[in-house]
Amino acid sequence: MAAHSYAPAQTHAEVTRDVVATLGAPSRGYVMMLAGAVGLFLVGVFTFTMLLKEGLGLAGYNPPVMWSVYITTFVFWVGIGHAGTLISAILFLFRSQWRTAVYRATEAMTVFAVMTAGLFPIIHIGRQWLFYWLLPYPNQRYLWPNFKSPLLWDVFAISTYLTVSTTFLVVGLVPDIAAVRDKVPGWRKKLYAACSLGWTGSDNQWRHYTRGYLYLAALATPLVLSVHSVVSWDFAMSIIPGWHGTIFAPYFVAGAIYSGIGMVLTLLIPLRKLLRVEHMIVDYHFDNLAKLTLFTGSILFYAYAMEYFVAWYSGNSFEQVTFWRRAFGPMWWAGWSMIICNAFVSQLLWFRKIRTNLTALFVISIFINIGMWFERYVIIVSSLSNDYEPWAWGQMNPTWADWGILAGSFGWFGMYFLLFARTFPIIAIQEIKETIPMPRKRGGH
Amino acid sequence: MATMTAGVLGSFIHIDAAVDAIRALQAQGHKDLTVYSPAPNHELEEVLDHPVSPVRLFTLVGALTGCAAGFAMTIWMSNNWPLLVGGKPFASVPPYVVFAFELMILFGALSTVAGIIIMSAVQARRRIPYDEKFSDDHIGVFVPCRAEQAATVEGLLRRAGSVEVTHAA
Repeated sequence: MAAHSYAPAQTHAEVTRDVVATLGAPSRGYVMMLAGAVGLFLVGVFTFTMLLKEGLGLAGYNPPVMWSVYITTFVFWVGIGHAGTLISAILFLFRSQWRTAVYRATEAMTVFAVMTAGLFPIIHIGRQWLFYWLLPYPNQRYLWPNFKSPLLWDVFAISTYLTVSTTFLVVGLVPDIAAVRDKVPGWRKKLYAACSLGWTGSDNQWRHYTRGYLYLAALATPLVLSVHSVVSWDFAMSIIPGWHGTIFAPYFVAGAIYSGIGMVLTLLIPLRKLLRVEHMIVDYHFDNLAKLTLFTGSILFYAYAMEYFVAWYSGNSFEQVTFWRRAFGPMWWAGWSMIICNAFVSQLLWFRKIRTNLTALFVISIFINIGMWFERYVIIVSSLSNDYEPWAWGQMNPTWADWGILAGSFGWFGMYFLLFARTFPIIAIQEIKETIPMPRKRGGH
Repeated sequence: MATMTAGVLGSFIHIDAAVDAIRALQAQGHKDLTVYSPAPNHELEEVLDHPVSPVRLFTLVGALTGCAAGFAMTIWMSNNWPLLVGGKPFASVPPYVVFAFELMILFGALSTVAGIIIMSAVQARRRIPYDEKFSDDHIGVFVPCRAEQAATVEGLLRRAGSVEVTHAA
């Protein structure tokens, strides 16, 4: 398959048939993966129950490091959620046809990743049952939240992002659910009929739908860029050494997209086999995903270099010590994991042979996931460990309660993603059909 | 439930045949056609020549409302519970841009969806026949007409290349 051009070789009817077939009886591999995800989720449930019972003391918080694994994992999952909307909204506006085969899976990944991320600030606050204090609601004393705090900006940014990405996913699904409705029998037909909201594909429906979808994409595009900028300001608005940088917003956005595409690769490479859609998601799609990974990975490489350069050039001894300790201090192993996995491993994707070798891509995607988690861990924990007062410096070591919640988050995410992939079309039927010319009585296209 | 609209439904597998049929029907004065397709198609859009969807107005009004609501909420709440810090104003507009932006996107997106649903529902109050093949690989053209016109319409659809014609009473 030529990597620079691709058109689906199927007819419209074959597209419907193949995608509807993914909703049939699950394979053994799928059941095993779902069981694994549920198992991890139960680990998370147990750990969270213990946190509710015993308090946050079970986790590895140690002054001055009062943001650690939970906030690291929060930023990690929000970042994962960025690739989906980039692929579904931004590439839609650019009319990139290669997105059609992969965008539904990435969009679902976005929704479930942001759902996962949203749990972490709640777990982190300690008294989880009072999470609603974050919202501006008319309480007895008319006490309102502090709108000047970046943490409240985050509440609005993340909740808006979750709502808009869910809306975008659901709107895109409606015509495809109608196609499934028209193919399946029995109770499933009734279920899909209810979910398809009376969709028939009439000219009138397409007229409003295509316009609405375009505007949703146009609204989601700046939102993608804004959300991780706001997350970066949680750090950049403070004066902690290593956080107070003007490059944080673009640095975080590039990192988020990079990590998100890494996760897309991790999910899609086995999923296409599990759902038997290898003929629909082909080398061409992975090649393009890998190019996006290379692009954002290179931005990240530049940002890492700039961070060290700015620390050196600033002449600010606190910044210099922070970055020296990231490379050669007690957390050197985490600092170098981040640099090797993100800046260096991504450069392998300059080679087309690697971009189209799915085993190599899968291994690289695992490195990306690990590297991006460590990036957030290094930024958060190393900066907090070494504040302005050396007598107050301190280290934290994650405990089983940190790892248990981290593992549980992968289970929670994986469980929803796998259930979605069996219940709804994971490949966009209607958009793929749009790229296939309809047959002509007089021949040609 | 509304009764089924009387008319003739033609099913096509070729896009050019469906376009020919629509042109011929329009030439005979049939303007109120319903055309089903498995995916949006530019040739069908061109021949049907619908005006631009008013959904954009929903988006605009929603987004402007959200932006105004973001500023109004933050400024009013800051003044409602004053926190005096160093003599600075209670409300500070630059950080509130974040809220105005987020609510602009949120309200804009939700009102867009409301627009799609409302506009589709408003123009779909009558019941018209549908075939499950239209979500798969067929194009459907429904022509509302009286019983005495049905034979003429059927002949026209078949001549254009319709593979199946059904009558709705």
